Amino acid sequence: MDKNHPVIIVKNLAKQQSIKISEKAIAKTADAHNLLTDIADFFLFLSQTCKELFSRNFEFREFLHQSFQIGYKSVPLISVTGFIMGLVLTIQARPSLVHFGAVSLLPGMVAVSLIREMGPVITALICAGKIGSGMGAELGSMKVTEQIDAMEVSSTNPMKFLVVTRVLAATLMIPVLVLYADALGLFGSWAGSNIKGDVSFVLFCSQAFSHLEFIDFIPAVIKTFFFGAVIGLVGCYKGYTAGRGTESVGIAANSAVVLSSLLVIIVDLIAVQITDLL
Amino acid sequence: MDPLLNSADVPVKNQNPGQVIEISHLRKGFDIQEVLKDVSLKLSNGENLAVLGKSGSGKSVLIKCIVRLFSPDFGTIKVLGKDVNTLNSEDLGELRKKIGFLFQSGALYDSMTVRQNLEFPLRRIRRNLSQKEIVEKVMEALENVGLSDAYNKMPSQLSGGMRKRISLARTIVVDPLIMLYDEPTTGLDPVTSDEISLLINDIQKKYKTSSIIITHDIECARNTANRLIMLHDGEVYKDGTLKEFEDSSDTLIRSFFK
Repeated sequence: MDKNHPVIIVKNLAKQQSIKISEKAIAKTADAHNLLTDIADFFLFLSQTCKELFSRNFEFREFLHQSFQIGYKSVPLISVTGFIMGLVLTIQARPSLVHFGAVSLLPGMVAVSLIREMGPVITALICAGKIGSGMGAELGSMKVTEQIDAMEVSSTNPMKFLVVTRVLAATLMIPVLVLYADALGLFGSWAGSNIKGDVSFVLFCSQAFSHLEFIDFIPAVIKTFFFGAVIGLVGCYKGYTAGRGTESVGIAANSAVVLSSLLVIIVDLIAVQITDLL
Repeated sequence: MDPLLNSADVPVKNQNPGQVIEISHLRKGFDIQEVLKDVSLKLSNGENLAVLGKSGSGKSVLIKCIVRLFSPDFGTIKVLGKDVNTLNSEDLGELRKKIGFLFQSGALYDSMTVRQNLEFPLRRIRRNLSQKEIVEKVMEALENVGLSDAYNKMPSQLSGGMRKRISLARTIVVDPLIMLYDEPTTGLDPVTSDEISLLINDIQKKYKTSSIIITHDIECARNTANRLIMLHDGEVYKDGTLKEFEDSSDTLIRSFFK
């Protein structure tokens, strides 16, 4: 082991000072070291991705291919989710609003909650599951089968070809998917309103949009770019840094979903706080 | 960029009759394990050098250090006169264009057809080629490995031996000066192994390459190598001709040749 490794340093220091350190404490030191190394590696990965993004010879064809994979191929899943999201929200909220005699506020309430919060977060979480795990597994499997090494020795920069294209495609496609989910959510909400009522689509939309302001829309859209970047970065990072065994492909896919979902929630919290200050 | 390395799109065959690869006192370790302790070797122009050794003796690490997939902890690696460790990424890219690397697993791109697999390095390394020339080069490489009918197949539709051949075609399609073979016959039946060995010889004759063949398949080494090196415990244990190895009374060497 490297003599500068913290575990070795701790062991040597304890030896010099004649201090007894338990194996548990040494294991904790190693865990802390691994965590900090992982965080540092992630930021190095991020900086390298940014550097490659702005360097020459952008892989435009691969970017288009990834945009198709991420955007178009997620449409069926996002359609169903978006529609059900609006439908369920309406069915759940309606009794309370009826109780207070405020059923006319239903379209506005659903629109605001969908566009400000539910649409972006739920769509991003679904994309974290579908896209993040896909990226983690695909790149992890490429790593295990030496395809990334093969790319590197054939004078192709794998960061540029594999990572930059996927991160950029996720960053640009997820906002589009969120807007699409929002639209279908409103459609689902209209369908939900018609289960126990009778409201025309034009009237529903007019009531929904009369409660929406610019400030509801813009921050919600801006944060989806960050959601996309986080999902793309984490998925690629986990896949690209996967270990050598086949087991590591599963670990990469799994940890990509877990970490990107967690980061989506954290980014959302930060975005909400910033919006609140405005 | 180094003007010597910038031979643009058409690699020029190495005219230097001397060494194409010179490795001196190479050391490489991973965490607690030191895989290569002190390895020095030379590969002459036009030579086929087989590197023998048990699994885990650092054979694959050695050739991955040559193309800087791994950075050495100590020592120098000169390829075509250039110190690999001191090259910037642009010059390293130029140098890699002159090296063909056959991976142990074949490393074909799963999401691409055979044609796309072969076109991928060609489009990046030989940027001046027209579409017609690219198709011709791909067909020529596939014919050289006897698999021209696999043109539109996906890697998942190919057998292990076919994948190795396609992978070989992908490396020769860009006319490399140096070939690095990582366990070319591992996991293949004896007949297919012999076919791969013959292909290695054919490639050496046709493309005038210098090669390092990492193997623990003694038949492959017999069929392909002009010279052999045995790695043991991270060091060069023996360097010599096939006859010297076969005549050796050393127990470790005998265990490979029995």
